[in-house]
Amino acid sequence: MTQSQGDGPSRRALIGWGGAGLALGAAAAGGAVAVTRGGEDSGPPDAGAGAAVAFHGPHQAGIATPVQDRLHFAAFDVTTTDRAEFVRLLKDWTDAARRMTAGKAVGEGAFGGLPEAPPDDTGEALGLKPSRLTLTVGFGPSLFRKFGLDARRPDALIDLPRFAGDALDATRSDGDLCVQACADDPQVAVHAIRNLARIGMGKVVIRWSQLGFGKTSSTTPDAQTPRNLMGFKDGTRNIAGTETGRLEKFVWVGEKDGPAWMTGGSYLVARRIRMHIETWDRTSLQEQEDIFGRDKGEGAPVGKAKERDEPFLKAMLPDAHVRLAHPDSNGGATLLRRGYSFTDGTDGLGRLEAGLFFLAYQRDVREGFVRVQRNLATDALNEYIQHVGSAVFAIPPGVRDQDDWWGRTLFSEEA
Amino acid sequence: MRAARLSAVTAVAVVSALTAVTGCTEKSDAKSGDRVITVTATDSECETSAKEISAGHVELAIENKGSKVTEVYILFPDDRVVTERENIGPGTKQRVTAEVKAGSYQIACKPGMKGDGIRQDLKVTGGKAAARDPRLDAAVAAYRKYAQEQADATLPLAKTFAEAVKAGDLEAAKKAYAPSRIGWERTEPVAESFGDIDPKVDVRADGLEEGQDPATDWTGWHRLEKSLWQDKKITDRDKQLADQLITDLTDWQNRVGKAEITPTSMANGAKELLDEVATGKVTGEEERYSHTDLVDFKANVEGAQKSYELLKPVAKENDAALVTELDKQFAALNTLLDKYRPNTTSYEFTSYDKVGAADRKELSDAVNALAEPLSKLAAAVAK
Repeated sequence: MTQSQGDGPSRRALIGWGGAGLALGAAAAGGAVAVTRGGEDSGPPDAGAGAAVAFHGPHQAGIATPVQDRLHFAAFDVTTTDRAEFVRLLKDWTDAARRMTAGKAVGEGAFGGLPEAPPDDTGEALGLKPSRLTLTVGFGPSLFRKFGLDARRPDALIDLPRFAGDALDATRSDGDLCVQACADDPQVAVHAIRNLARIGMGKVVIRWSQLGFGKTSSTTPDAQTPRNLMGFKDGTRNIAGTETGRLEKFVWVGEKDGPAWMTGGSYLVARRIRMHIETWDRTSLQEQEDIFGRDKGEGAPVGKAKERDEPFLKAMLPDAHVRLAHPDSNGGATLLRRGYSFTDGTDGLGRLEAGLFFLAYQRDVREGFVRVQRNLATDALNEYIQHVGSAVFAIPPGVRDQDDWWGRTLFSEEA
Repeated sequence: MRAARLSAVTAVAVVSALTAVTGCTEKSDAKSGDRVITVTATDSECETSAKEISAGHVELAIENKGSKVTEVYILFPDDRVVTERENIGPGTKQRVTAEVKAGSYQIACKPGMKGDGIRQDLKVTGGKAAARDPRLDAAVAAYRKYAQEQADATLPLAKTFAEAVKAGDLEAAKKAYAPSRIGWERTEPVAESFGDIDPKVDVRADGLEEGQDPATDWTGWHRLEKSLWQDKKITDRDKQLADQLITDLTDWQNRVGKAEITPTSMANGAKELLDEVATGKVTGEEERYSHTDLVDFKANVEGAQKSYELLKPVAKENDAALVTELDKQFAALNTLLDKYRPNTTSYEFTSYDKVGAADRKELSDAVNALAEPLSKLAAAVAK
């Protein structure tokens, strides 16, 4: 099959669409992405338009959603021991998220209220567009322990084992719950986390947080594949947000997977990966390309001409990153990656405190991240990276409508 | 919403609109006699010739017929001073004038210049007096009294500290340092409202303004703290600073009663005390040499709690859920602080350099958990 740059639709044509003819027709007509499917009223909003992403749906937004440019990720610890109070917070958070993702201020707004009272909304997003803000909530293993919900904890939500080379900082790891805020405008993402943290005071506290920029993976294959801070294209083979079949197979928790409350949800592994970029930058081009198994300019796999050409793994060195991470080397294990680059100033030794904030969504942590990461023990890239933060979360299903709330299926009595 | 806002604003306007003016021109249509109230003070009585007067210029003609030196005040309902005359010796006469708007006032004589004084009501008619909540006036009056008590109690403790410095007794000075600050820390927002005292007594090295020389311009507690804990020696300059500290604190003690205090400023003052904790004490910046941050921390919380308790009856009517939350978070923070002192009757707290990062975060989180709802207290009393 001949492939062109805009071959996204033709790959998607094989999966779950009305027929290959329709998809190929779309490709022929210029490779449009936003092909309307049954049950969808429009395609994903365009990054430049600052539009809003729908908050309600069977799955939480911010997973299959086309990846936005910016991230503010926060992990929280729950301080209240009162389950009812925590549920109230989840409802308050849902209300605030509903408003903010639509581009509205929280509560009574940022001005015009009582002069003696601090405004409900912090105000820095006034006049900014929704900027495709998505807010995605997850529950860490420790949350189940805190509220005596061990019986409802999914088997797929394991405590991550120690991996070779881990240098984890406890203050940048774990958490009872998380909120991933993604938006095209960093101020919109930060505003969202800041206001949720404020609403949560006295009930939850921020344990750690991470700002990210320059998405390192794309869920829209027709767009240009982004590059990580090592200068290599990242996410060429990532799952696209429109690949319903692959999403069902690798990302969304199915009815038969259990527990029932997780149906439509997913599991998130977050890893703060520090890059030793100074030593990387002193590495020869040949070595850099050997380590990844792709060339730097085009992103083509070893021995191939184009980025999207099918990789021939045996042509790569045995310890090449792409070879070890590829589904074919991991029994088919495939992750939806949604990571971001970060630079958090410098480390006191004159080096940039920079790297990849890796975010991966999967249907089962054991079959997903754990499997791939174990295989990466011999990765040649390990000389230049270090995993310094780690967390894992169960991502509950989406908020269905105005009356629904984050985590209802776990916390409500009937579910 | 709108009405509540207006009433809050007018209440503040009334409180701040009045200032004592001396030697002002009298209205031409009034005989000066109409505008004079005779005040006859003795050691046990305070007689006034009028209980009612129309708004405008008023003059008190005071005679002290007692054996003690006395003071005479015109006071707002919340005990703020409209005008005053101090040091009226036995057998002497004094005059004092003021401009008063419509409202309820009191004239107070303080024989021996101590205590709440002997009070007489003075009703000022004409114009419109803003509706006032007597419970809030009582709260402000009680808080003013508290602030005065803290200042009064601080002076002897500060003198103990200053004497130890002047005696060159390093250990005794170190021991007396933190206790001398408690009253100040409890009522810091009131002291700060004067603007000129705080930079003299409570400034840190980093708080000096551009052009100020730490060697010559840095005064107050923290300069002495540095000498005692970091330099480990007491210089002649330090001995001068100890005297200066007492002078400045006496100034504070004399002015506390005149501070502008409103229900709103009390509520915001409580929040400000928590802000002090959040930005200075939790980080260990306030007491960077002595590491007595937790003593200040506790005093700040106590002062905030005092304001809150006085405003609580009104706040509860307007926002019961807020009061429930504040009760809970004050208790939680106090419980947490108690982990850092061997017994709850003493202000001997763990040295803050021994408090690790995780514990500091726990303290910081508890402060945020309290300060966030506390920021809503002002609105709950202004409604």
